[in-house]
Amino acid sequence: MDFALFVQYALSGITVGSVYAIVAIGFNIIYCTTGIINFAQGEFLIVGAMTAISLAQVAPLPVAILGAVLITTALGAVVELVFIRQVRNASVLRLIIITIGLSIVMREVMLHIWDEQVRSLPYFTGTEVSTVTILGAHISPQVLWVLGVSAVIVAALTLFFRCTTTGRAMRACADDRMAACLCGVNDRWMVTLSFMLSAGIGALAGCVVSPITQTQYDMGAPLAIKGFTVAILGGMGNSMAAVAAGLFLGLLEAFVVSVLPSSYKEVAAIVVLLLILVFRPSGLFARRDVSALRAA
Amino acid sequence: MMRLRIYYPVLAAAALVVVLHVALAASGKTYYMTQITMSAYYALVVIGLCLLMGYAGQISLGHAGFFAIGGYTIAVLTTYDLGNWRETPAIGLLRSLGLLMQWQDMYGRDILSFSPWLAFAAAMLLAALIALVIGLPVIRLKGHYLAMATLGFGLIIYRIVLGARLLGQADGISNVPAFGLVGGLQVNGRAPFRVQNYYIAWFAVLAAMVLSLNLIHSRVGRALRSIHQSEEAAHSLGIDTYRYKLATFILSALFAAVGGALLTHYNGSIGPSEATVMKSVRYVAIVAVGGMANLWGAMLMGVLLNFLSLRGVFGSFDDAVFGAILIGVMILAPQGLLQVPRWRTVTALLPRRKRA
Repeated sequence: MDFALFVQYALSGITVGSVYAIVAIGFNIIYCTTGIINFAQGEFLIVGAMTAISLAQVAPLPVAILGAVLITTALGAVVELVFIRQVRNASVLRLIIITIGLSIVMREVMLHIWDEQVRSLPYFTGTEVSTVTILGAHISPQVLWVLGVSAVIVAALTLFFRCTTTGRAMRACADDRMAACLCGVNDRWMVTLSFMLSAGIGALAGCVVSPITQTQYDMGAPLAIKGFTVAILGGMGNSMAAVAAGLFLGLLEAFVVSVLPSSYKEVAAIVVLLLILVFRPSGLFARRDVSALRAA
Repeated sequence: MMRLRIYYPVLAAAALVVVLHVALAASGKTYYMTQITMSAYYALVVIGLCLLMGYAGQISLGHAGFFAIGGYTIAVLTTYDLGNWRETPAIGLLRSLGLLMQWQDMYGRDILSFSPWLAFAAAMLLAALIALVIGLPVIRLKGHYLAMATLGFGLIIYRIVLGARLLGQADGISNVPAFGLVGGLQVNGRAPFRVQNYYIAWFAVLAAMVLSLNLIHSRVGRALRSIHQSEEAAHSLGIDTYRYKLATFILSALFAAVGGALLTHYNGSIGPSEATVMKSVRYVAIVAVGGMANLWGAMLMGVLLNFLSLRGVFGSFDDAVFGAILIGVMILAPQGLLQVPRWRTVTALLPRRKRA
């Protein structure tokens, strides 16, 4: 493999990987405030992209994307208010099943709105044939958009969680819900907010990646699996590690494709998932003693 | 004497099966029996999953994978033509042991393949082995982790089925021969065999029910329920929770494989759609509707919902219906639709009379 080809694979891996990282962060945000793994996380990306594609036919692209993000954020709020809020103190099994049901219903609704056709947003700059040359590799400018937007999302979230009162309140809820309540944090509102936030960033990620990967109604589930793999790899609740883990999984997939037939690409990610679940369920970066305390 | 009481519903169910047959014959709707037979085989999967979810308290989002393992093993072994090796001593030996079968496919070609009995045994063995290998590490996981791990397993099976040339890729495998049981009975989907297959399928379902009822009313069943209630408490009482969970996982995988194997013989084919995650989710939905720890509910709903789905009642909303069922049941009636509401919850809903 020559150097240019290597860079080519690496960049495509980083692009996909940064999307996985965003999905994983979406998982983390909800997991931290509620302890729920939202199996419908992947669907938020597809809803966002599909809405933007429809809006783009009547409005300029930036407006369409903004609209799609707002609509999906509202959808996240609706999901929480209508379904999750009804079942407080439910067992994990029950919550898992509810979010699985949600993902199926969302997928089927999308099928009836946008049919089975593969769609995509137009490229943000240039067309599908325009390229930028980096280190001898030719890449689409959209790749830079994906990387840039992912970086902005991660940075903005970090600022939000560290520097704003609401962000701090959410972290307090994640840490100790009872204590946060006693300090006057409205914990129910924080849960709703976490669903909105993770739906919103999901929608944005879905939009920027749509020109490259294209969008179909049933692409959410594989994304969710990979996002979950990444979230576990990084350790649940650790968003910075999720970025590293996302890039790792993206690169792994990109190079697996160069060896195995591409239909087995997904298998590679799942094998990683099973291995990590079996050997290091607390993530690659977690310290054993800390996770042992948490599990207790 | 007390123990016999748990089997009375089995007799009642058997009687109902006959009544249903008579009713269908009287109304001239015997063609419904084909879908009922298929639904019964799907119900086998559901019964197994009910043991795992309702009694051992472990979720599996990969049971369509075990169904496919059963079905595809049967399909490959009974359709793979060994004719080219006819003269080799190994084939000769197998043949003299009666483990091979000479038959003609629908195009009139002669095929020498493994006999369905051997294929069935191999399918069960393979399913149990895979369940053991997967279960050993996975069953230690809890909650979300277990759900994702079994979902991952299901996806891998789906990808393999879709990608492997031996398994027919997207076309699946057709031309699977009938399974000759004892005394001229055979698992065969053609119209002349409709009535006997209706009873064969129900026999399989009721046998599975007897087996499961036996299990849950035994020491093992009590141990499982204690695990479901509180794993720590069960553990502290000296119950080897890990072994019980693993054994239940393997047993329920076997039920799924039996369902897959028999349905493949009945349909004469199997395709990758049987291995999709949506199928696994559907089984989970049915167990949930049946009321989780309710074998009869699971069995009944397994037959009913699959029958409605196979008849096309839900139209293009098929998957959406099962998704909605999942959400609705889990939010509104986590004990299942068949559970008689407890008197206390009913009275709690009624407006309290104010004391004078």
